[in-house]
Amino acid sequence: MRIVLNGKAREVREARLDALLEELGYAGAKVATAVNGDFIARNLRERTRLNDGDRVEVIAPMQGG
Amino acid sequence: MRTFYGVELNNRLLLGTAQYPSPAILAEAVRAAGVEVVTVSLRRESAEQRDGQAFWRLIRELGVRVLPNTAGCHTVKEAVTTAQMAREVFDTPWIKLEVIGEDDSLQPDLFGLVEAAAILTAEGFQVFPYTTEDLVAAGRLLDAGCEVLMPWGAPIGSGLGLNNLYGLRSLRAHFPDVPLVVDAGIGLPSHAAAAMELGYDAVLLNTAVAKAGDPAAMAAAFSEAVAAGRKARAADPMEPRDMAAPSTPVLGKAFLG
Repeated sequence: MRIVLNGKAREVREARLDALLEELGYAGAKVATAVNGDFIARNLRERTRLNDGDRVEVIAPMQGG
Repeated sequence: MRTFYGVELNNRLLLGTAQYPSPAILAEAVRAAGVEVVTVSLRRESAEQRDGQAFWRLIRELGVRVLPNTAGCHTVKEAVTTAQMAREVFDTPWIKLEVIGEDDSLQPDLFGLVEAAAILTAEGFQVFPYTTEDLVAAGRLLDAGCEVLMPWGAPIGSGLGLNNLYGLRSLRAHFPDVPLVVDAGIGLPSHAAAAMELGYDAVLLNTAVAKAGDPAAMAAAFSEAVAAGRKARAADPMEPRDMAAPSTPVLGKAFLG
């Protein structure tokens, strides 16, 4: 399946958001997720199935003013 | 006592965490100023680099309260989604709400700001809106549920100081019970002191410290200026006057003419 991860097209296997994060190497990381512009809370990742072409955002703390 | 959503702060300098020469210098600046609240943001995380994870460890070690922002958001939807993500990542209801309306001045879109503030307040957020000194917008933000207002001093990163003294003074006068923070545009400790002398409750800044030659020393200077301005406000400053008035008594002066 082809998704857009943080703005870049990418081929992935897992279609469930929590499993996808593992596959991509985010295991244990403090991140928040959005799919197609909507926030997906941590406890909903398991129930969130991805489709071809979905835009997935994985974001983390950063310096800010 | 005006608090920040029930939180009392001893140090009224709120410090941004961006643009420091290194994480170590950021940490040094936070410690040197005795800052209790820092602003933070969210960006895309690379699974390989994991920069965000390292930054988060640093903030945790500093033991400060975080105020996440929605910097760079131009629409209500973007700002609301960013806030929701920030709440989960940083585990705080606090959000510095920015909805940018114009790119040259980074002026807030006050219409979008009010709309986003209402949505977020309804979702249980404690919103710190980055606004202007506009009185009508301030009223609408309070109606939307904001309990703190953060008008700009000058455009973000400009270091121009307090551009509209009249506007800031009238905002203070119109909303005597609302905690007010001057956010953005501060360049020098004297600007920060001036904001506090106007009766503002805190000052939020970033660039003026991060881009100083010695950020830790500058952070300490800002902290002292904020404390001095606050003390001065509490001490009830004299009214300025146009004519001179001798401070040394004339009575009893020797006649030597």
